[in-house]
Amino acid sequence: MSAAPTILPRSRVGTFADRLRAGDQFAYTLTLVCAASIFLVTCLLVYELWIGSALSREKFGWNFIFTSTWDPVREDFGAVPFMFGTVVTSLVSLLISVPIGLGAAIFLSEMALPSISDTLTFLIELLAAVPSVIYGLLGIFLLVPVLESVVVPVLKGTLGFLPIFSGPFYGVSLFSASVVLSVMIVPFIISVSREVLLAVPVDQREAALSVGATKWETTWQVVVPYAKRGIYGSIFLALARALGETMAVTMVIGNTPKVQTSLLGPGDSIASVIANQFTEATSDMYISALIELGLVLFAITIIINGLARLLILTTGGRVAK
Amino acid sequence: MRNRRKIVNIVMLSLTGACTVVIIGILLVILGYLFWNGARYLTVDFFTKLPAPVGESGGGMANAIVGSGKLLLLAVLIGVPFGFLGGVYLAEFGTGIFPSVVRYMTDLLNGVPSIVIGIFAYGVVVARMHHFSTLAGGVALGVMMVPIALRTTEEFLRGVPQSLREGAMALGASKARTIATVVIPAAIKGIFSGMMLDLARVAGETAPLLFTSLGNRFWSPGWDKPTSALPEMIYHYAISPYDEWHRQAWAAGFVLLTLVLLVNIIARQVLARTSHAG
Repeated sequence: MSAAPTILPRSRVGTFADRLRAGDQFAYTLTLVCAASIFLVTCLLVYELWIGSALSREKFGWNFIFTSTWDPVREDFGAVPFMFGTVVTSLVSLLISVPIGLGAAIFLSEMALPSISDTLTFLIELLAAVPSVIYGLLGIFLLVPVLESVVVPVLKGTLGFLPIFSGPFYGVSLFSASVVLSVMIVPFIISVSREVLLAVPVDQREAALSVGATKWETTWQVVVPYAKRGIYGSIFLALARALGETMAVTMVIGNTPKVQTSLLGPGDSIASVIANQFTEATSDMYISALIELGLVLFAITIIINGLARLLILTTGGRVAK
Repeated sequence: MRNRRKIVNIVMLSLTGACTVVIIGILLVILGYLFWNGARYLTVDFFTKLPAPVGESGGGMANAIVGSGKLLLLAVLIGVPFGFLGGVYLAEFGTGIFPSVVRYMTDLLNGVPSIVIGIFAYGVVVARMHHFSTLAGGVALGVMMVPIALRTTEEFLRGVPQSLREGAMALGASKARTIATVVIPAAIKGIFSGMMLDLARVAGETAPLLFTSLGNRFWSPGWDKPTSALPEMIYHYAISPYDEWHRQAWAAGFVLLTLVLLVNIIARQVLARTSHAG
C-alpha cells in the first residue's frame, strides 16, 4: 500500500528493492504463501490420516478392508460392513435420483422457457443449500413415518418376493438412508446436467428436427448423447457427495454394522460410524481404526471426484461448486 | 408407426415435466413441514435461555447460538484471508505449473467429506491440546471454507476486463496497486457474495464439530473449552428420546434453515445481477 506514484518504467525491470517498494514483491510473496497453504493443508491432511491410522494399519494390514468383525472390546476391527453400507446406500440413492434428476434436467434445458427454467433451477439449487443435519431431522420425523406407513407396505406387497425387500422394517434402515441421500444429491445432478445440456450447440437440435425427428427423439438421441460425458460427470459428483455424507445418513441408517441382502434392515456407513464412535473410542487402537476408516473414505471420494472432474472438463461444462 | 412416435414423444416429455414437479414438490414439502413445525415450537426462551436439565421443560439454546457465532467467526478469520489471497495469487500472479497444482489441490480438498476434515482438525488441534475446544471446531470449519473462498475469488477476479488493469498500469500504478485499487474493487461484490455462500454452507456443518468442539450444555467462555453449536444441538436433540427436545430441535432447525436460506437467496440475487452486468 506504500506504493508511491512511481517513476519505474515497468515493475518487471526494476531491482528487487524497487519492486519491494512498489509492493509488488510483497503482494506476490504474500499471495503465494496463501495459495501454497492449500497445498500444505492437503498434505497435512493426508499425513494426519496416515500417521493416525498407523497402529491399525500395522496390526490388520490389508485385512482391514476384507474382514467384517467390528469388536471394540477385543480390539478386532474390519471395515467391510461400513464399506458395504456406504456403497449400497450411495448406489441405491443414485438409482432413485439419476432418472428423476436427468428427467428434470432435460425438462429445464429443453422444454421450459428460459425464465421459468432459471427460477426453478434457483429453487432446486436451494435444496443443495439445506444443511445435512436438517435432512436428518426431516428424515427421522417425516420420511421414516411415511416410509413405514405407506411406501414399505406397498413395496412389500408388490416387490416383496425380492430379497432386497425382505425382512422386517423398523424405520431406520439402509433404504431410509438411501432415500434421504437421493433427495440430497438430486440438485447436483440437475444443476450440472442442465448446464451441459444447455451447452449443446443449437445446430445439433436443428439438424435432428429438420430430418423429421420428434422433440423427444432429438433430445434423447442427439442432445443427451452429445452431453453424455458431462452427465456422467454430474452423476460421479453426486456419488462422491453421497459417499461422504455423514449426518443425514447417521440419523436414519440404524447404526448396526452388518452385511445383509435386505435394504429394509438397519446398517451403518463409514462416515456414520466415525461420527458415532469417535468420541466414545477409549483405546488408541480403537481411534486408529476409526481414522483408518476415514482414510478409506478419503481415498474413495478422491478417486470418484477426480473421475467426475475429468469427465465434466472434457465436455466443456462448468463444474458446479 | 408415426402415431407411436408421437405418443412416445408426448409421454416422455410429460415425464420430464413430472420429474421437475416431483423435485419442486419435495422442496415445498421440506420447507413447509420445517417452517410449520419450527415456527410452532419457537419461543423467546429459545434465544435467551440455556438448555434445561433433562426432564424439565422450557429452556433454550442461547449458548448454541453464541457458540455457532464464535465458531463461524473463527472460520471466517481462517478461511477468508487464505482463500482470498490465494485466489488473488491464482488470478493475478499465477504462471507455470504451480497454479494448476494449487487449483487441483483446492478441488481435491473441496471434495473431502466433512467428517474427514473433522478427523484432521482432531489430529491437528484436539490431540495436541489434549482437549476439545471452540478453537478446534473453528479450525475445522475454516479449513472447509478455504477451497470455495479461493476459487470464488479467482473466478471473479478473472471476470474483471483486462483493459482495466492495463489502464491502471498505463497511469503508472504498480501491479500490487492496480490489484488493490482497481481489480479487487471491481470484483468485490461477487467475491463478497461468494464468501457469504461459503459461510452459509459451513454454518450448517455438523460432522466436523462432533469431535472438535464436541458440544456443551452450558456457556463456553473463551476459546479453549468445548462449545455447542446450532447444528450440533439439532443432531443431539433429534436423536434423543425426549419429546421436549424434539420440539426444540425443530425450532433450532427453523432458525438455522431460515438464516442459511436467506443468505443464499440474497447472495445469489447479487451474483446473478453482477454476472449480467459483467
